[in-house]
Amino acid sequence: MGVAITTPDLEPAPTRPGPLRTRLLPYGLVTPSVAVIGGILAFPLGMLVWLSLQHYGLRELIAHQGEWVWLDNYRAILVDPLFRQVIFRSLAFTFACVVLTVVLSTLIALLLQRVRRAVRVIVMSALVFVWATPVIVTVDIWQWMFDYEFGVINYLLTQLHVGNFIHHNWFDNPLQGWGVLVVVAVWGAIPFVTITVFAGLLQVPGELLDAAQVDGAGGWQRFRFVTAPMLKPIFLIATCLSTIWDFGIFNQPYVLLNQRPSSDYYTIAIYSYRESFGVSQYGLGATIAVLMVIVLVVVTFLYVRETLKVAEIQ
Amino acid sequence: MIAREAARGVQAGRGRAETQTLTSVRAGRHLRQLAFDVTGIAVAVVMLFPIYWMVITAFKPGRDILTLEPKWFPAPFTLDNFKDAIARPYFLEDVRNSLVIVGVMLVLALLISFLAAVATARFGFRGRNAFLVMIIGVQMVPLNALIIPLYLMLDGVGQTDALPGVIAVYLAVVLPFMIWTLRGFVANIPAELEESAMIDGCTRVGAFFRITFPLVGPGLVATAIFGFIQAWNEYIIAYVLLSSPGNQTLTVWLASFTTNHGPEWGPLMAAATLTGLPVVAFFLLLQRYLAGGLTAGAVKG
Repeated sequence: MGVAITTPDLEPAPTRPGPLRTRLLPYGLVTPSVAVIGGILAFPLGMLVWLSLQHYGLRELIAHQGEWVWLDNYRAILVDPLFRQVIFRSLAFTFACVVLTVVLSTLIALLLQRVRRAVRVIVMSALVFVWATPVIVTVDIWQWMFDYEFGVINYLLTQLHVGNFIHHNWFDNPLQGWGVLVVVAVWGAIPFVTITVFAGLLQVPGELLDAAQVDGAGGWQRFRFVTAPMLKPIFLIATCLSTIWDFGIFNQPYVLLNQRPSSDYYTIAIYSYRESFGVSQYGLGATIAVLMVIVLVVVTFLYVRETLKVAEIQ
Repeated sequence: MIAREAARGVQAGRGRAETQTLTSVRAGRHLRQLAFDVTGIAVAVVMLFPIYWMVITAFKPGRDILTLEPKWFPAPFTLDNFKDAIARPYFLEDVRNSLVIVGVMLVLALLISFLAAVATARFGFRGRNAFLVMIIGVQMVPLNALIIPLYLMLDGVGQTDALPGVIAVYLAVVLPFMIWTLRGFVANIPAELEESAMIDGCTRVGAFFRITFPLVGPGLVATAIFGFIQAWNEYIIAYVLLSSPGNQTLTVWLASFTTNHGPEWGPLMAAATLTGLPVVAFFLLLQRYLAGGLTAGAVKG
């Protein structure tokens, strides 16, 4: 839903001096959300850090008592070559997905402005359909379409003379397998970003574009110097959310590889999950999860700062 | 005379030239419009194809599914896959669980996020910006990272393998986005409307519920759809927290179609269609209220 984009219009709701009850009212109103978000997310986040400093296996789980090992888990993970591979792969995957998602969605959104009404309704409905279909369902569909024996994609590619794809297993070669994952992730992400960007395009005043045209700006220049700057907050949020989602991706590789992905297909979320629930090393799993959050914070720091700036200025 | 004739000739020529360029411009525009429309249709086809493929696979008999040359239409049409899927153990229990979880979660989420949205859109108070920063910040934390502590925490209070635990987690996950969105919608409604109602003798709360609440309807719908999709589609938390088959949700049930011999495509596609159906129905049902709301609330803020 194109909605996180709402930059708060902080016409600072004026603090009116009033009776104590009125002044306390807003606090009463936010208390439930603070309690839920704090209790269910903030507390476990702290617990995650605490857990990452302990040796916490199956025995400790049963005893509800971990063994404090300070930074041993971090030391073990950081020298683990698999971890470095996984981080690198997750980052590369995220980069490819985010770039493709934002570029393709922007192109589709621009296209939507130019097509006739009926076509726009058709494309919008298609986007909404894809967006409304549960991820776990769409992953199953893609798995079926990419099936090595009876998959429709192998058939189509062979028929179109792209090559001989009969009995081609896309997941034999990790590079191809990750390509498939990018396709699946981008396809799933396009509706949200397209609808968001399209909603943003509607807000760009036509007069501005006309004026730019009169001044001799071509199509690309109009986009680059008029539309894009106005859409900046939207691009920021869309990029930021896509980065978070793509970096933490779990369902797509997990289901596409029959819930038994080989280490070639570990994303950082799957790696953490495997360490915890596969081999019952909850401490190590927590350590990976903490590192995941840290990497994500570093990567998205700039977006978030910009977003907050936009929000604060108004 | 001659001059006049010449002028007329020139005028006529110019007129002809103008009509010519005009028609060619028009034709060019027409062509370009056609190109845009065709590209648009192509985009729709590519986006929709996977869903089309799921639905027709679900209606094909087994022998038509596993063919080297795929059939583009379910020519002999069958409901066997659906019958097979529904007959699997725990289907009804899992449908019920999904509905209960999403329903309860959504009601609570709308209520709680609405209160917070009003607080942040209508009141200036100390800590308001801190609250907003928390709302954005929390969305940065990937849920997958929290599975272990969530599991341990809920295990400590006996809420693993129980619906309330999952409801609480989903609630916390969808709240930040819903608050942020609703905030924009509430802020869009001029406070003057409320104030004039108060002058007419409404109480602050009364004014709020009579004036602002109805106007914020599209916003509530938009956020409800978002929450519904998020919760209905969630897999990993449900998978980890709910261990006994009778307590699981539809997404976990779906995953059970993949056996050691690989997935059974026909029943799986039928089950996937069934799982996706409520979301699409919910969306279509409410879309009418959403049409303006989605875009308006989306960007203005």
